[in-house]
Amino acid sequence: MSLPRRLAARFVGHALTFIARFIIAARADWRGIEPVPRQRVYFANHVSNADMPMVWAVLPPALRRQTRPVAAADYWLKNRLRAFAGRDVFGAVLIDRRPEARVEDPMEKILEALDEGASLIIFPEGNRNMTDDPLLPFRSGLYNMGKARPEVDLVPTWIANLNEIMPKGEIIPLPLICTVTFGAPLHVEKDEDKDAFLQRAAAALVSLSDPTFDEIT
Amino acid sequence: MTDTTSDILLLSIGVIILLVGLTLFGEFMRGRYPVGESNQVVETFIQRVNSWWAIVILTSSAALLGELALLLLFAFASFAALREFLTFSYKRQADHLSLALGFFVILPLQYLFIGLGWTGLFAVFIPVYAFLLLPIVSALRGDSNRFLIRVAETQWGLMICIFCISHIPALMTFEMGDGRSVLLILFFVMVVQFGDLIEYYAGRKFGVRKIAPHLSPKTIRGMIAGVLGATVIGALLSWITPYGIVGAAMMAALASLTGMFGSLVFAAIKRDKGVKDWSHLIPGQGGFLDQLDSVIFAAPVFYHVTMLVWK
Repeated sequence: MSLPRRLAARFVGHALTFIARFIIAARADWRGIEPVPRQRVYFANHVSNADMPMVWAVLPPALRRQTRPVAAADYWLKNRLRAFAGRDVFGAVLIDRRPEARVEDPMEKILEALDEGASLIIFPEGNRNMTDDPLLPFRSGLYNMGKARPEVDLVPTWIANLNEIMPKGEIIPLPLICTVTFGAPLHVEKDEDKDAFLQRAAAALVSLSDPTFDEIT
Repeated sequence: MTDTTSDILLLSIGVIILLVGLTLFGEFMRGRYPVGESNQVVETFIQRVNSWWAIVILTSSAALLGELALLLLFAFASFAALREFLTFSYKRQADHLSLALGFFVILPLQYLFIGLGWTGLFAVFIPVYAFLLLPIVSALRGDSNRFLIRVAETQWGLMICIFCISHIPALMTFEMGDGRSVLLILFFVMVVQFGDLIEYYAGRKFGVRKIAPHLSPKTIRGMIAGVLGATVIGALLSWITPYGIVGAAMMAALASLTGMFGSLVFAAIKRDKGVKDWSHLIPGQGGFLDQLDSVIFAAPVFYHVTMLVWK
């Protein structure tokens, strides 16, 4: 990456964090873990396009620098602006969602990023959740990561309120408070099969959605 | 330097000396614990004093900069308070446009009316026109699910966070000459907030019977001490007001008492919504609404009595 491009990416990154903190009033609630530099996979619910920047922005700067979101290549490479944002600002691991057309295995790219020491942000539902259910069924990626790299913490990450801030079909976002809650880390147990683990992970994520848990002390 | 500016500076320096004392006291208390250990009460106290530093520096620099800066400061306070209130209010997607209008149209207009000195429109804009317009916008989306609860909670948010808060900078429209009406704002905010502080610490120490046991830890003795304290501070500060010594003492007592009942009302709302604090934006204090609840309730009463009795 050239120096001007890198500086531009840094600047845009700071601007986005500023907007997320002071305009949207996004904040992190570290409920099950501390914000320390361990290698982690943050797996979050997905209701809007603002989800990934929101998780990324509430991480402390030292952690943010080593955290890369896993995102869809067809979305982030659509035009030059998105490619700049996705690759240079967020440092995203871009994967191809079309099994029939792709030349690289997404899981290989993800494991490669983990082996380089990066932490990841992933959305195990695969798509944005447009239903009234709290979560769509998880894809198997989270399980495969946990199985292949068992030492990495899998951290449930609940993003609250974003569907009220920007419901589908609306143009103007509301400046409501958005809380990103980080829960206790999970690992794939020794003989745990895929369905059991994915169910456990989904339950851990949904349990963070209860807002009264930390508010009444 | 005008008289007004030197009076603002004098008040700010007085409060800053007090804060320096409180900061030193906090550090002294912290120093009594061995390295690596800390006490929760002391840490909360220090956090609160630090937040007070930010509030005092912001308010006094805005007062020194003049009317526009104060207007912008309170417009931002309205924005932050409305954000906290509407985060917890009941709403559906059909309300999205009316909520956006509240944030991006009604709020700026209300402060524009104060800036232009249109006090007539300022007094009816939200209670009449926003009250009628926003339910129409929500109804046009055709969702009747809990309609009355939705529009009522939205209107309550606008009344509290925009209408009531805007009465504080509206004190600047009171004609005193030499821009001295800015000092009325400082008088009002200081007597209410000092009354609250005295109420809090006196209540903790000497309080016996709670005024509303299921809602709030406020006690009768604490409240009496707080109002009396505000009265004395009001009398001492009478030189910056047009009220005279007795008048200033009575205005301070009135503001402090309405403010305390105001925070009782907010305690009931928070309990109803199942939250302890409205947000975490002010370290040690919770949200803007937690910090401002008493000031919000007292502002319209203080404004109207000032306009009716002392004009």
